[in-house]
Amino acid sequence: MTATLLTPPDRTGKEVRAAARRVGPRAAVGHALAIARRNLVQLRYDPSQLLDATLMPMVFTLIFVYVFGGAIGGNQADYRQYLIPGIMVQVASFAAQVTGVALNLDFSTGVMDRFRSLPIARSAVLSGRILADLCRLALGQAVILLFALAIGFRMHTNPLCVLGALALLMLYGLSLSWIAAFVGLAIRSPQAVQSMGFLWMIPLQFGSSMFADPGTMPGWLQAFAQVNPTTLVVDTCRGLLVGGPVAGNLFGALAWTCGILAVFAPLAVRQYTRRA
Amino acid sequence: MTAAIEIDGLVKEFGRNRAVDGVSLTVPAGTVLGLLGPNGAGKTTIVRMLATLIRPDGGRARVAGHDVVEEALQVRSRIGLTGQYASVDESIPGWDNLYMIGRLLRLPRRRARALADELLERFRLTDAARRLPRDYSGGMRRRLDLAASLVGDPEVLYLDEPTTGLDPRSRNELWDMVRDLVARGTTVLLTTQYMEEAEALADRIAVIDRGRMIAGGTAAELRARVGGQMLRVRPGDGADLADVARRLSAAGEGTATVDHAEGLVCLPLARPGDLTAAVHVLTDSGVAMDALDTHTPSLDEVFLTLTGGVPTEGRTTG
Repeated sequence: MTATLLTPPDRTGKEVRAAARRVGPRAAVGHALAIARRNLVQLRYDPSQLLDATLMPMVFTLIFVYVFGGAIGGNQADYRQYLIPGIMVQVASFAAQVTGVALNLDFSTGVMDRFRSLPIARSAVLSGRILADLCRLALGQAVILLFALAIGFRMHTNPLCVLGALALLMLYGLSLSWIAAFVGLAIRSPQAVQSMGFLWMIPLQFGSSMFADPGTMPGWLQAFAQVNPTTLVVDTCRGLLVGGPVAGNLFGALAWTCGILAVFAPLAVRQYTRRA
Repeated sequence: MTAAIEIDGLVKEFGRNRAVDGVSLTVPAGTVLGLLGPNGAGKTTIVRMLATLIRPDGGRARVAGHDVVEEALQVRSRIGLTGQYASVDESIPGWDNLYMIGRLLRLPRRRARALADELLERFRLTDAARRLPRDYSGGMRRRLDLAASLVGDPEVLYLDEPTTGLDPRSRNELWDMVRDLVARGTTVLLTTQYMEEAEALADRIAVIDRGRMIAGGTAAELRARVGGQMLRVRPGDGADLADVARRLSAAGEGTATVDHAEGLVCLPLARPGDLTAAVHVLTDSGVAMDALDTHTPSLDEVFLTLTGGVPTEGRTTG
């Protein structure tokens, strides 16, 4: 009788040494998760990373609902319903900015040397960052939704639609994160990354249906607003949260999201491998 | 003994500047090599190549039996790096730094957790486990950096100027920790600007200047290269030290160096007649002297002699 006693492998440094030349996909996922955890711990010790993405949208909400709401939407209650889905998209785009700034910061401190001297997948710092930023975005959306409910925002659709809206917001946020990652890696100075971020974000936000009906804008701006992905995502979320048409906008929103991912993910990865 | 580090004709260029210009070295396993040289000599560049952070432009290097270019991953799993600018993650607490590295090295959660606790304890950082390293003192940060480089239980450890900027007490503490590691069989490559540090820790010393290795050996061998004795002259107030040095250089085989801070001119005495010749030169010059003696040279003096007395940053001599 042969009984083979298999001792479970003890994954110590010795076994790491036996590792193959290239990091396998399973190990690469493990590395990304370890970095993602680090980025989330970072969040706990520096909550400004989350506040950056939520505080500004809250201020925007208060100003727009109570100061401009009557003028733009006729009355505050109606305008609040109009604005909140837009604000949720704003959270996604503010949250994405942090991706670029944080990546830039990692590369400008000594910690990158440590990562590069470890036997880990090269992709880990980038994929771990994106992963953690998706969690941060989900957290940000939860915060802003609670805030919106507290000031009187009401959803008029079913939970499935709400989940759909949140899923689209995550996907759109992910695509924006890749743009921010590219900018953050392509530009050396952290300050420049910050101002670059606002430069591409502001026209996308204001030249859309986020705050006001593009129908009231001049023709050239209307044309821009209609093809602006922000408009498409905002209008889809409006439909999914407070009711209204969804299908046409959703198609455009998804097309844009996939397009951005297809262009900026490879660009960011290329920029990253150049520097990592 | 097998070699833990083998470097053959290593070259690194930054633009037109040859930061490392054909350095060859062998470090036997379980020993400590001190790379000694002023700022900008190329020490850090050598370490960065050996740590697979930058690619050499020429020559070869093997660490723990693996080529740093062809088998970078294997090299990475056998080395630990403690950077000149402490490469700890300032944005997360000390404990999380160690846990993160354990997880990156694919240790199971429980093991990574235990190891983080253990290393903090060993480096007397348990109380600071939950604090961010940016609130640590310089010594604590270096200790955390050292602990972080030990998570993977490395065969070869690089210490890039581990005590620069530390107070004497923290420095001695760190030295003891390094000695402890060497006693456990770790091979250490140490870069330093301080002779004292190289002498305290290193079995062998390689003196690096402008990207080249200009001397190598044990501390005693290096001393012997400069000759047995060093003549020290303290001219009286108002004397031109450079002028005295120039005159003395004509007497000896080596070059006299000036220590402005101490008001000393030093000359290595290589040949039997040098001392007599030097005294003659001094007498003929008519310079008044406050003090004159001979002594066995310190490594600082050895270094100044070997590099031709090039002034370097952060040093009072030159």
